[in-house]
Amino acid sequence: MAERYSSFTPGGTGWFFQRLTAAFLVVALAFHFFLLHFVNHAYEVTFLGTQARMENIGYLLTMILFLVTAAFHGVNGVYNALVNQGLKGTQKKVILAVLTLAGLALVAQGTYVALVMGGMI
Amino acid sequence: MSQSYNRGLVEDFGRWKEFSAGMWAWIFHKFTGWILIGYLFTHISVLSTSLGAAGNEAAIMSETDVYTTTLQGLESLFLIRLLEIGLLAVAVFHILNGLRLLMVDLGIGLEAQDKSFYASLILTGAITVASVPTFLTGVGL
Repeated sequence: MAERYSSFTPGGTGWFFQRLTAAFLVVALAFHFFLLHFVNHAYEVTFLGTQARMENIGYLLTMILFLVTAAFHGVNGVYNALVNQGLKGTQKKVILAVLTLAGLALVAQGTYVALVMGGMI
Repeated sequence: MSQSYNRGLVEDFGRWKEFSAGMWAWIFHKFTGWILIGYLFTHISVLSTSLGAAGNEAAIMSETDVYTTTLQGLESLFLIRLLEIGLLAVAVFHILNGLRLLMVDLGIGLEAQDKSFYASLILTGAITVASVPTFLTGVGL
């Protein structure tokens, strides 16, 4: 049995970023749920309230970072799950391209929405 | 000494009766991950109603803008509240098991990896049940 249990190998950037984003998302997702369901309540959300939160630059940047890390973590997770399932060859390349585009579109739309909410655009 | 096995396809769900705690943790983590990324796309779509709301100050001040009415309309549905509780359960499990995976990757507490999976499940159940009253506040059947 191998003595080194960690699968962290040099050059494994996808693996590394999946863990790095995970560590951030653990905190950000818990914070997001707590703030919008327990401190504020989802059924009380209004544009005014959202605007007030998003006008705080620290909050806005945290939300955008949350979006970028979640999109990467989710899309990379789906891609790796499909690779585990046996995806290879051309299909693998096509799926990677489609997932990358979907992730980028998600980040672009989400960032645009956040900036509009914060009154920056 | 290393040995190699022909394990067959790793994710052969037909072999579920052979699965150990670690395998179930892995499957639950993937299942909850698929739901969370699917939800993120839906979430951004719904929040995009803010694009139609922005700029209409009168509607925003009277809380009749399309963003506010869309969110409050959704929140008035019992089904949405139930789905939110489900989403919380999914998110809490993914977070707790994710912490467990980070520990496993760092080689910490490997001998208790099955116990920490059971702990993740129990804690997820407890947090979800405790959150039900908050999530059902002000909604009719």
